[in-house]
Amino acid sequence: MTPDIRVHADDFDPVTEAARLESGGAGGVATFTGIVRGENGLVALELEHYPAMSERALAGIADRAAKRWTLTALTIVHRVGRLGPGARIVFVGAASKHRADAIEAMHFVIDWLKTDAPFWKREQFGDGRSQWVELRDTDVAAKDRWES
Amino acid sequence: MAIELLYFAWVREAVGRDGETVDPPADVDTVAALVDWLESRGGGYAEAFADRSRLRVAVDQEFTGFDASLADVHEVALFPPVTGG
Repeated sequence: MTPDIRVHADDFDPVTEAARLESGGAGGVATFTGIVRGENGLVALELEHYPAMSERALAGIADRAAKRWTLTALTIVHRVGRLGPGARIVFVGAASKHRADAIEAMHFVIDWLKTDAPFWKREQFGDGRSQWVELRDTDVAAKDRWES
Repeated sequence: MAIELLYFAWVREAVGRDGETVDPPADVDTVAALVDWLESRGGGYAEAFADRSRLRVAVDQEFTGFDASLADVHEVALFPPVTGG
């Protein structure tokens, strides 16, 4: 099982991505799609990344998941650049023979990539303000839950 | 030995550039010493590197800590805690 890792500015189609995960002996597919929330007058998110490292960091997280659960396929797609409200940001899909492995691996990957992949978000608001998003303690706690 | 530095997010904005090649003195042998040396340049560098608790680091494209050695290192990236996903 070689994880499918992609980082790019272009949009992705979660239906196509999920369907692709069904082949290869899967008994179940679990997916997560992250979407830009247009709260508090937000007009765009600027997603910056460390190009030489971001795909490698995601591949490292995928490898951890593949060691911990029995997977038939795993896909991570992360967008970069300027994204408006409603735009898709990230896709994680995991496939396995049995549902628990797919669901837990998908959840693990999305929690880990919040804290362990080199991406940064800047919020831009309609009134001209902009600010870098700060790492939240709840994101660190969500990742730490998987340590054992 | 020359080291490629990369800056991201508000670190990049504070420093005013996305990277540079530096050749620090020989006693700058850890990431912590490198950050202190950069901070001593003042201006945007002092602003970016004064509070180490707000910084994270990758050495040769692997996340690491401030105690990491600079021996045989080619690339050091300095940035805020990541916020992807």
